[in-house]
Amino acid sequence: MIKNISNLGDAALYCDFGNEVNKSINSQVIKYFKTIKEKKFEGINNLTPSYNKLIISYDLKKTNFKEVKNYVENINAQDSKDINSKKLEIPVCCHENFSMDIKRLEEILKLSREKILENFLNKEYFCYMTGFIAGMPFLGDLDENMRAQRLETPRVKVPKGSVALTEQFANIYTFESPGGWNILGNTPLDIFDSSKEDTPNLINPGDTVIFKEITLDQYKNYNE
Amino acid sequence: MSSNYLDIIRPGINTTFQDKGRDHLYHIGIPFSGAMDNRNYLIANKLVNNNLDSAVIEFAYQGPHIKYSGEKINCAITGDVIFSIKKKDTEIEGNCYESYQIENGDEINIISTNKSVYGYLALGGEFDLKFQWNSCSINTKANIGSNDGKKLDVGQRINLKKINSNKDIKKTNYINTKIENIRVIKGTNFDYFSEEGKKIFYEKEFTVSKLSDRMGMRLEGPKIDNIVNTNIKSEGLIKGVIQVPADGNPIIMLSDHGTIGGYPKIGVVASVDYDRLVQMSPGSKIKFKEINLSDAENLFKLYEMETQNLLSQI
Repeated sequence: MIKNISNLGDAALYCDFGNEVNKSINSQVIKYFKTIKEKKFEGINNLTPSYNKLIISYDLKKTNFKEVKNYVENINAQDSKDINSKKLEIPVCCHENFSMDIKRLEEILKLSREKILENFLNKEYFCYMTGFIAGMPFLGDLDENMRAQRLETPRVKVPKGSVALTEQFANIYTFESPGGWNILGNTPLDIFDSSKEDTPNLINPGDTVIFKEITLDQYKNYNE
Repeated sequence: MSSNYLDIIRPGINTTFQDKGRDHLYHIGIPFSGAMDNRNYLIANKLVNNNLDSAVIEFAYQGPHIKYSGEKINCAITGDVIFSIKKKDTEIEGNCYESYQIENGDEINIISTNKSVYGYLALGGEFDLKFQWNSCSINTKANIGSNDGKKLDVGQRINLKKINSNKDIKKTNYINTKIENIRVIKGTNFDYFSEEGKKIFYEKEFTVSKLSDRMGMRLEGPKIDNIVNTNIKSEGLIKGVIQVPADGNPIIMLSDHGTIGGYPKIGVVASVDYDRLVQMSPGSKIKFKEINLSDAENLFKLYEMETQNLLSQI
């Protein structure tokens, strides 16, 4: 349930679901997100679900804080159908060509490369949210012993397809972008495709993702 | 082949097609985009008898130099812009907020914006552009929108698919007002900052840095000290949010901003001041002034009425 609703500026509602980051709170966020999205309230122009918040922005020419707050408070998201989620396998190549931060991870986590991969691969991760850059999925939770901080100085260019870790999350860079996460491998899959207007994102909030290792040869031949 | 088109002789620094922007996409990571200065965008379209949501050419600082080929058409430029129109045997200095008729072979040379950032060029007709999610707005970071999501480039040809039959010449006396105080509403992490930091935020002057673009405006000045945590759990952003990262320098989210961010939010720029905020060029001084939600809503209503009035008089 929403714990508190406040305003973010004069054109958005800030819905707080609690301080924790876990699947159960995030599932609530996603339920509200999906329910409000389906109802198409006049004036709401964007919904941004994240770990434990939902930001609802609206067109100040058409509505205002009081109206949208009143609307959201009277929604029964519990009745909405369960999160419609997919299970996806994402191929990832962790060859040294791609795993740019493996040395750093070995040092921080005090684990060998083999152990890091064993801990990371073939496990189910939950997609908490997508965004920052188009289609980027935030996947969790990593094992306790796999949690590393962001790079102190972010890279100016992280290659497209990079699979990277920070704290309890993994993500995938959907296109070349600046970024400070620890890069472990690369996927040949297109995670974001702007030509598919209805379904540009391969991975959506609520989906489950499993990373499967592929060799460099398999990677090179993947799109042929 | 279209018989009415533009050739780009010089593209300018940051020249893109923009319209009203695209909504309902934050949740997949796609920002609003659209014309940065919405009022000037609308006026440009009205001056050439376009629908108000038509695409225009937005430029920043140095604008494009273009050559037009085809039937007679109207054009207009809004903002605070220095430009000339070159006809067969004359070259005239152009005035903003006034439409001009151009014909085959005429050139528009947009030298620069004057003590501001963005200007708009509208042509009386419709560009032949690709739409993505109901908008042709170019987002160069995600390569979304018309022109493959890239800035306009030298040598490019842009076709018009339609020319307005209404060729009435229009003019308005609009003057872009400058503001020193940007009104803000307290942010959701306001209490993350020290008493001294909060005081600095509302009382001291900040300078717009060169590292500002359609994504965000970085400010320099006295540091704002965080006493709780310099990171928050990543969450949604909207345009106008002022984040303060660990270095203590505020960053204001603008129209092409990342949809999610993890820095504490000290404030949010009131919608009424957004059009004027984006026009503040590097080196400009900014002071923030706190207002409450209901004042912000009322001020925006007035601003919107003023915009509608301006448009109805054109």
